[in-house]
Amino acid sequence: MINAVGRDIPEEILEITGKEPFQGNYYRDDKPVTMAGPTIRPVLNNRKSKLVANIREALEKCDAHDGMTVSFHHHFRDGDLIVNMVMEEIHKMGLKDIRICATSLGKAHSTLVPMIEDGTITNIESSGVRGGIGEAISQGKLKGLAIMRSHGGRVRSVATGESHIDIAFIGAPTSDDYGNLRGIGGKADCGVLSYAIVDGNHADHCVAITDCLVPYPNFPAHISQTKVDYVCVVDEIGIPSKIATGAAKPTTDQRKLLMAQYCTNVVVNTPWFRDGFSYQTGVGGASIASTQYLAEIMRERNIHMGFGVGGLTKAMCQLLDDGMANVMLDVQDFDLDAVHNLKNVNHHRIPASVYANPLNKGAVVNKLDYVVLASLEVDVHFNCNVVVGSDGMITGAQGGHPDTAQGAKCAIVICPLLQGRIPAICTDVTTVTTPGESIDVVVTDYGVAVNPARQDILEALREADCVPLKTIEELRDIAYSIVGEPQRVEFEDRVVGIIEARDGTIIDVVRQIKEIDTPAVYKKKNKRRANG
Amino acid sequence: MEIKNAAVAGTLESSDCMVTVEPAAGGIELELESAVMRQYGDRIREVAMETLDRLDVRNARVSIVDKGALDCTIKARVECAVMRAAEHEGRIGWGGVIR
Amino acid sequence: MSNPDKYRLRRTMMFLNCQKPGLIKDPYIYKPDSVMLDLEDAVAEREKDAARYSLYHALQEIDYRGVERVVRINGLDTDLWREDIRCAVAGGCDSIRIPKTETADDVRTVEYAIAEAEREFGRPVGSVLIMAALESARGVINAMSICDSSERLFGIALSGGDYSRDLQVSISGTGVEFMGARQHMVIAARAAKVQCFDTVWTNLDDMEGFRREVEVIHSMGFDGKSIINPRQIPVVHDIYTPKEKDIVFAEKVVREIETKKAQGIGVFTVDGKMIDIAFYDGARRTIALAKASGVYKGDL
Repeated sequence: MINAVGRDIPEEILEITGKEPFQGNYYRDDKPVTMAGPTIRPVLNNRKSKLVANIREALEKCDAHDGMTVSFHHHFRDGDLIVNMVMEEIHKMGLKDIRICATSLGKAHSTLVPMIEDGTITNIESSGVRGGIGEAISQGKLKGLAIMRSHGGRVRSVATGESHIDIAFIGAPTSDDYGNLRGIGGKADCGVLSYAIVDGNHADHCVAITDCLVPYPNFPAHISQTKVDYVCVVDEIGIPSKIATGAAKPTTDQRKLLMAQYCTNVVVNTPWFRDGFSYQTGVGGASIASTQYLAEIMRERNIHMGFGVGGLTKAMCQLLDDGMANVMLDVQDFDLDAVHNLKNVNHHRIPASVYANPLNKGAVVNKLDYVVLASLEVDVHFNCNVVVGSDGMITGAQGGHPDTAQGAKCAIVICPLLQGRIPAICTDVTTVTTPGESIDVVVTDYGVAVNPARQDILEALREADCVPLKTIEELRDIAYSIVGEPQRVEFEDRVVGIIEARDGTIIDVVRQIKEIDTPAVYKKKNKRRANG
Repeated sequence: MEIKNAAVAGTLESSDCMVTVEPAAGGIELELESAVMRQYGDRIREVAMETLDRLDVRNARVSIVDKGALDCTIKARVECAVMRAAEHEGRIGWGGVIR
Repeated sequence: MSNPDKYRLRRTMMFLNCQKPGLIKDPYIYKPDSVMLDLEDAVAEREKDAARYSLYHALQEIDYRGVERVVRINGLDTDLWREDIRCAVAGGCDSIRIPKTETADDVRTVEYAIAEAEREFGRPVGSVLIMAALESARGVINAMSICDSSERLFGIALSGGDYSRDLQVSISGTGVEFMGARQHMVIAARAAKVQCFDTVWTNLDDMEGFRREVEVIHSMGFDGKSIINPRQIPVVHDIYTPKEKDIVFAEKVVREIETKKAQGIGVFTVDGKMIDIAFYDGARRTIALAKASGVYKGDL
């Protein structure tokens, strides 16, 4: 069945999953929906200790079984040790058919590949996957389907019971013996626990894992004792240097600076740039540089940011400290400066649901004026792909991309026209992960394209004459004229993953990658010409 | 053009490719390793074979390790490696065999 | 005048190593006026051949979108420069930069080889322009005769590194060691009606120093500056952008001269200033600069 972004979603997949094809951003607006609650085991016995000796004991006490769903958060990013630690124990217990429901999985988790191969793990739900797991899924090694969801989409799925979590494992930088968890302090300081809060609310069992046990009560708790069944103390939950790094050095790459300048020019010349505007941006070199250019203009014109939101960096927190922004709403901290900035009274933690859940009574993203995003590919329909590489291999994560792009009044995607030889602006993205209707402006090093649906933005930018305007087709044509039109990447018929839109409909599927059949060595016999 | 010894041209930097040309008998043997194999593998092979043909190389073992080079770079690196391997001296056929 | 591009705008001329595919594939996105595709100092001795193949195909296949393509050949004291010229001319370059130029004969030697290559590769004779880099005390002293050496020569450029070594001084950052050369070269270039370009500024961390230097050479009368990094382009273009009042004045001058000429009036006033035909070229230059800088909205 062809969905609203023109992708063919096989009937069989709709049947197996019980999901509907994507039907546009506002399909579920105002439609009644019922939330699900967990089945818990209350603690009335005031002599019960929640401390367990090890992960194994926690698993046993939580009735770990074949086919169960376990969940994890990714606040420790590439420094995460929790997923591997828990999955190794599950593997040792010989459990099978495990479904992992993670907020994201990254390079730290490539050790799970053998467990995918031997059937320990058969289903994965995540914002995305990088490294070895992505390759394993693309090669068809996962028995079940991988489901990729945005951060908001995951909260929606867990809260509505579509994803039912049997045991949530929540890595906590600090915990007391009764399960009051905080994201700040300890050895694996990640600042916030925003993505894990829904797990605490909706999982049947909840196990806190910490390497820093503190006296009761660990307040104010980010996840409350009322949600936590057991507390397990281990030596190490994360590698600090890979959790929140020092702030990235400002880029000197002129290409990124050029795009940053274009991006800032777009922001300051569109109507929402006024005192009290709201803004979200990312962690890439161009995004950070663009925030710095923006700060200069905010100072010049005495314009203050009403609020900034999202995964935060030093560049954004600096605005708060300098009095140029009023409030920061934080779901993740990308560098230590952002972690330390939580001391600022106007820097607030928010749960992922508040940030981006499409099926609550209105998330923060709905109040965004601008979001600045990146993308692996953008096509002439403005559809974005942030999950599957142009070579067909799963390699990225949706994160908050679809959530913020839909929510913001002006969603800007920055991407260099060419990544090496790969054209980022193309006729059709490999996989649609954010629908074109959410994307308003595409900034490249070769020019800026505005979605024709946004004549208001196009008019404002034309009037300001501040960026080299091109149509998206022109950008694609420039790209192809330089690198040549790429061959179609070949896939097998088998669907290995589905890309969920925010609201749980299917926006696209990911198919198994075809092994390259042309031999690496190509031979041409020396045929002597007749007249030699 | 006769390949007299092994020669290399190019680098493994992004947007470049490294081409090695060695003497061989019985035709052209082309080995390709590319960061963009799935999207441009056929095109790179085509460009390399055309270039070898223009240079009238009949027998050689050619290996290309590509890091996303454009066609113009692939040609330039193949030509350079061949010219070095053939110990070419003197004027170069710009617009002729080099095209 | 044979070649209409001889006096094109050349505020920024960006050095690029021909041997680096990543550098030469799309420098035009930074909008320099010219790129200088280097076969000389940037290219290691054992890669001289490789750089030529890259250059040839870059010139043939990459669309530089109107940016002038100047090729710096190897010095006349090497056995490389003749083939460099054949390669550049065959590829379709716009101009050749001669390094270490010391005399007018150097220019004529190169001109001869270019003409030969133009005939060999079927390009109109005279289509390839020349610029001469002066890199020694002798070269600087001979600036006048070098400027007058060839109809193809559109300008001269100071090459500060070699020049300072020849002068037995070090580069101070204040520009004091280049004072004489700069002044002398600008005067010679103006006398011969060719352009004059300043040397590179190599300290990318000192953008303030760079800006100060560009302001100095701009007010000295240089037409532009050699640059080594795209980051330097907006600074130069900014300084070379005519001020609003100068543009308005230039516009009036051009219009007045054109109408007054038709009426047979030679001298008149604009905004209280005495104006005659001698102001015409300067006013036109201001308009051209304003256009190139993207600040001119008029219809001249």
